[in-house]
Amino acid sequence: MENGQREQGGSEYAVEMLHITKRFPGIIANDDITLQLRKGEIHALLGENGAGKSTLMSVLFGLYQPEEGEIRINGKKVHINDPNDANDLGIGMVHQHFKLVECFTVLDNIILGVEPVSKLGFLKKAEARQRLIELSRKYGLSVDPDARISDITVGMQQRTEILKMLYRENDILIFDEPTAVLTPQEIEELMQIMKNLAAEGKSILFISHKLAEIMAVADRCSVLRKGKYIGTVNTKDTTVDELSAMMVGRNVNFHVEKEPRTPGKVILKVEGMTVASRMHKNNAVKNVSFEVREGEIVCIAGIDGNGQTEFVYGLSGLEPLVSGKITLGGKDVSKTAIRERSILGMSHIPEDRHKHGLVLDYTLEDNIVLQRYFEPDYTKAGFLRRKNIRSYAEKLIEQYDIRSGQGPATIARSMSGGNQQKAIVAREIDKDPSLLIAVQPTRGLDVGAIEYIHKQLVAHRDAGKAVLLVSLEMDEVLDVSDRILVMYEGEIVAELDPKTTTPEEMGLYMAGAKRKEM
Amino acid sequence: MILLIQYTLLFASVLLLVALGGCFSEHSGVINIGLEGIMVFGALGGALVMRYLPGGTSAVVIVCLCVCAAMLAGMIYSLLLAVAAVNFKADQTLVGTAMNLLGTAAATVIVKALNTAANPDNPSATIQYVNERKAFLMFDNLEFSWLMPLTLVLLILAYTVLYKTRFGLRLQACGEHPQAAASVGINVYKMRYAGVMTSGLLGGLGGLAYITAGVSEWKFENGVAGFGFLALAVMIFGGWKPFRIALAALLFGFFRSLSNVYTGFDILNQLNLPGTVYNMMPYIISLIVLILFSKNSAAPKAEGIPYDQGSR
Repeated sequence: MENGQREQGGSEYAVEMLHITKRFPGIIANDDITLQLRKGEIHALLGENGAGKSTLMSVLFGLYQPEEGEIRINGKKVHINDPNDANDLGIGMVHQHFKLVECFTVLDNIILGVEPVSKLGFLKKAEARQRLIELSRKYGLSVDPDARISDITVGMQQRTEILKMLYRENDILIFDEPTAVLTPQEIEELMQIMKNLAAEGKSILFISHKLAEIMAVADRCSVLRKGKYIGTVNTKDTTVDELSAMMVGRNVNFHVEKEPRTPGKVILKVEGMTVASRMHKNNAVKNVSFEVREGEIVCIAGIDGNGQTEFVYGLSGLEPLVSGKITLGGKDVSKTAIRERSILGMSHIPEDRHKHGLVLDYTLEDNIVLQRYFEPDYTKAGFLRRKNIRSYAEKLIEQYDIRSGQGPATIARSMSGGNQQKAIVAREIDKDPSLLIAVQPTRGLDVGAIEYIHKQLVAHRDAGKAVLLVSLEMDEVLDVSDRILVMYEGEIVAELDPKTTTPEEMGLYMAGAKRKEM
Repeated sequence: MILLIQYTLLFASVLLLVALGGCFSEHSGVINIGLEGIMVFGALGGALVMRYLPGGTSAVVIVCLCVCAAMLAGMIYSLLLAVAAVNFKADQTLVGTAMNLLGTAAATVIVKALNTAANPDNPSATIQYVNERKAFLMFDNLEFSWLMPLTLVLLILAYTVLYKTRFGLRLQACGEHPQAAASVGINVYKMRYAGVMTSGLLGGLGGLAYITAGVSEWKFENGVAGFGFLALAVMIFGGWKPFRIALAALLFGFFRSLSNVYTGFDILNQLNLPGTVYNMMPYIISLIVLILFSKNSAAPKAEGIPYDQGSR
């Protein structure tokens, strides 16, 4: 088997997953899927949330056994029963949510499971450190071996995960949506790292739904849609439009359609708002003042970590204000409770859907009714009116096309990220709030879901309500908003008109190189 | 003064042993509330050996056998927690509480049965070991037990195992992020068993140390008077780190020993406080310590959460 090498069909491929079918009760997660990863190539696996990418990877790692199909590694048919088998075959994976022990050092995390030890079981860390330093030099992955994971940036954590695979001498590297958590600069670096790794002979499978990244880094791309294999294309011979049509099954409109509107009366007025940062014990938001009117989408743009999180905490009431005044629909809400603000017409699609958006172990219906369970429609004499809750949930599920295994009774944790987000969007918009605060509402979602959420935001604005969008995505900011406020180090440094500004100009304000007198 | 030092060291060594046990269990990801029950069983194991050994047994043999019996008894009893918490994914706090209730009760029943069988007129739950206990003393007239140097050795051993060996690294990974540990091929179930059983071993030995600290008989219906819980407080105060636990144990041991020896200090006598105040001291201190320190505690992240291979 081994002597054919590259030219011959059998071992041209590092991984072949042939005609894989995996069924779950009520759903075919993988329906006759074939994926062939050539040696030394970067191969993208593209598909919307719920298209079957994760299931396919779980099959490769032996977490699920497929009903049909076979897996070949380097041309040899294999049976993978658990992740250890996969590891023995040289397959490694950087998970979307890193598998790192926070209180351990980088070095400890890398050697965990394959520790070099003396005969008595004592760790030989000096030896491991030496190897780690060599590897990090060879592949240009700079890490501090002795830094704790909890102290280092997400980018460095990811490099630690990559080094973990290299330390184990894995040749087949799988990256599961690696760019979702990175800053633009870190994405840039990661792309270079992936290219270096491929040049060194590693075979890379890159799972993503970001088309631009796939076009930039991958050699070939396989597309899945709703559990089915759609096809494999060379990225050289294709376009972003073609890929997205393959993924979604129809042409996607990247540009957000919206009619111009004249803003009405002021809904939200913020004066001199200052919010403290929990982490750094200083003021993360400093003396911010602005207004949001009826029928407009105002966008807070900025690079991550410039106070946006605390800004939203202050507005929504998750964090008390140090000073300043918030007026919502003419009422001072600076000190009112979160529920009070919600009843007065403030809705909040939170940045972290797992932390502030959903109770993950509740059912979908309970999550949907979370903002209004206390209303007489859903509660009578302290008891929940289950029937009404169920029919309300069913209505929203229908209306917002929230897909899940068991409808209203699905546990939120088991749903895909996109559908979790849809559930939150449905809950928050259906309240018909006069002010909708949407914080990175499309984070980690595929193009179909992004398009959908943008439409919802615009529809809400067209209904004469106010929308405050906080976003890190430049395209989203320019496409969706009517007015842009740039936030830098906790201050609003510019107000821009999306029709006249350019990404370059915005970038200068976002980086703090320029500021307007506000 | 020498008395104060003696008792401080005695009680500190008990607390240290048990807290180190808790430390291993918690680093593997299992909260061990059942230390109290484990101590009782360890104590029972040791006491029974002392009671049934023939009269002329040499001191070394007595000590070795007692230590082994106590450790074994504690370890076997801790299996209850391991099976329930690891295999059946039970609520660890509930299992621990049940173990505490069961420990004292079962020990009482066993000792009563043995006593009644030996002498129908003696239905007490007390075991006496006046002569055997002397084997534990390093010096004739001082309350320095051989268990103290043993504790010191175990402290150093615990530190080395936790921070210098492969086993320790893997154990801690299981308590912090079991999914990460599993993803690199570590058997989380096995490691958690190891953690819980080590805590049984040390907890059992702690039980033996407790009933040989200054007394020559033990009423098993009294259990171990909350020492298992004190040890938990010591462990938390010590930040789950062996040497800091040792310092915490000394502090708690000091306050515990005050109740035994306060009559020997003029200043304390002049305060004219009732003896019960001193008895309450360690418990009150632990309450305060827990309130102050549990907020920014360095507890293993995944402790108390049953590990399930399927969950993300």
